[in-house]
Amino acid sequence: MSNLINTFTRYRLPVKTSSMFVIVLFSATLLASMANLWVPVDSALHVSTYTITLLGKYLCLAMLAMAVDVVWGYCGILSLGHGAFFALGGYGMGMYLMRQIGDRGVYSNPLLPDFMVFLDWGELPWYWLGMDNFGFAMLMALAVPGLLAFVFGWLAFRSKVTGVYLSIMTQALTYALMLAFFRNEMGFGGNNGLTDFKEILGFNLQADSTRVSLFIVSAIMLAIGYVTSRFIMNSRMGRVVLAIRDGEPRSRFLGYRSERYKVWLFVYSALLAAVAGALYVPQVGIINPGEFSPLNSIEVVVWVAVGGRGTLYGAVIGALLVNYAKSRFSVLMPEGWIFALGALFVWVTLFLPKGIVGWVQDRFSPEVEEQTTEPNEDRGADTAPTNKELAS
Amino acid sequence: MSFLDDALETTRETMRRDQVWPMLMPDAPKVNVDKDVILYVEGLSVSFDGFKALNDLNLYVNDGELRCLIGANGAGKTTLMDVITGKTQPDAGSVYFGQTLDLLSRKEPEIAQLGVGRKFQQPTVFDAQTVFINLELSLKTNQGVWASLTAKISPEESDRIDQVLNTIGLNGQRNRLAGALSHGQKQWLEIGMLLVSQPRLLLIDEPVAGMTAQEGERTAELLQSLAGEHTVIVVEHDMEFVRSIARTVTVLHQGSVLAEGSMDEVQNNKDVIEVYLGSEA
Repeated sequence: MSNLINTFTRYRLPVKTSSMFVIVLFSATLLASMANLWVPVDSALHVSTYTITLLGKYLCLAMLAMAVDVVWGYCGILSLGHGAFFALGGYGMGMYLMRQIGDRGVYSNPLLPDFMVFLDWGELPWYWLGMDNFGFAMLMALAVPGLLAFVFGWLAFRSKVTGVYLSIMTQALTYALMLAFFRNEMGFGGNNGLTDFKEILGFNLQADSTRVSLFIVSAIMLAIGYVTSRFIMNSRMGRVVLAIRDGEPRSRFLGYRSERYKVWLFVYSALLAAVAGALYVPQVGIINPGEFSPLNSIEVVVWVAVGGRGTLYGAVIGALLVNYAKSRFSVLMPEGWIFALGALFVWVTLFLPKGIVGWVQDRFSPEVEEQTTEPNEDRGADTAPTNKELAS
Repeated sequence: MSFLDDALETTRETMRRDQVWPMLMPDAPKVNVDKDVILYVEGLSVSFDGFKALNDLNLYVNDGELRCLIGANGAGKTTLMDVITGKTQPDAGSVYFGQTLDLLSRKEPEIAQLGVGRKFQQPTVFDAQTVFINLELSLKTNQGVWASLTAKISPEESDRIDQVLNTIGLNGQRNRLAGALSHGQKQWLEIGMLLVSQPRLLLIDEPVAGMTAQEGERTAELLQSLAGEHTVIVVEHDMEFVRSIARTVTVLHQGSVLAEGSMDEVQNNKDVIEVYLGSEA
């Protein structure tokens, strides 16, 4: 056992920093799942399937927020277009689910999805081929956003585009994709998108057990994403990334090819967003070009800002809180939400510049303020044992 | 059967586990200083929107020398450093590191990996990370993205950092955040970061700006102790400081070299008195 821990420590695997997060996440997931499946419906402790789906949706959005935090909080790349990678991942999953409908669609065409029959298309476009295979569809759901992020990042970071210009370009990227996906000729269902899904891997999407499974899978993927991100941020790569955030010229003159670090971090972040999107779609039951809307991507940034940048768990907390507030608020005053969101952003920027997490840290551990003001409070502790090891 | 034996021998030789295939070895070009000169700058011209920041500048720096560059504002000192470190592309001229390495065809990170370290005018350190990590990041190792994911510090590297921490007098601050250091300490940390990377050539832009007299003295000692093992080029306005450290001084004026020699020679040079020292005195 101690051997195992040693191995983990040697490779700086983020055991200590992640375990708390993973434990809380899994306990909550298991409790909610059990309360749904095994507690009788009339009990006060019963969690409805609607709530389970809602929670699963929140977890996917939390993962998207974490993806934005990876590039924004740690590397200073303010992406206002991460919704694009999320939506592309979602479309990948949507195409698979669409093909699973088979001849149960309105037009009972075994091969073509309903919207293609409606548009009088004779055959399946080439890019739909193979999407009925789950493995291939998931590969595409990751490869396409990953490739897009690579090409975009390679072009932008190599030309040293930074700051607000980069943000505007990411915004343009997602907007362009939205316009493209709105077109019927694109073959992705136009403005209606892809919907009316029946089953995933043979399981009925409406069944409670499928819903709970999707929720649990979302929690597992979020945990894996969290641990992986933590591993990256604790490795030397994470330190270089912080160095690039705080002084890109300095890091270049030290011999780091900053553009390569940024590109790969951006690709990693896009993949996280794509996974989130692919899990989101079966739970909400629809994917349409609205997901590409720049407004969606900006909302994600607000979640991260509210939770606290550069901590990973701050982004998750922010996403959960703001989305919960959104669900409640939209019921009370549907058209008021956008104003409330704007006000929240302004308020957080003015009074909680470090987000909720930063505020809690400052408030409850003022004596170590110097350490906690920065996103990487575990850094100092990290090097100390290394030196002790060497001394002994 | 000898050809089979040969083939077997070749295979064995190829698959030897105590060696790395040559194609996988990082190619670290050697700096050729056979002629004792480490930096050749010839016919360098740079213009920004018609303004000639550098005008047919020639400069040769010997290996292990401590050279001071002085000149009024706009004389082209910082532009020269930008060109040497790959930040600015010149319109004409050539810059060679040793006899063989063309610096103009390389980008900033490559030039840094060849062994050219640069300290900025404003101290630039990574504020959000500790002093120790600042130095760790400056280590000369494989700086690729994938290597950095699993990189860990070796005992030798850690010793080297300890040694540098002692040299720059920040041993007691090793676990403090760099952002919490004083201005002077940041300057030293930045010099320390260069030292950790074991450069052949150090370019140091105004090291004593904003320092107290005492801090300045310590910096002078530090720079003097570096010369010999490293080649040091210092850009400085502070004439007292230059006098205290310089063996050879190069005076720049309007983008080209006006005079070169010991401090006394330079100060007695007619042209220099006219255009630079004269106007200040």
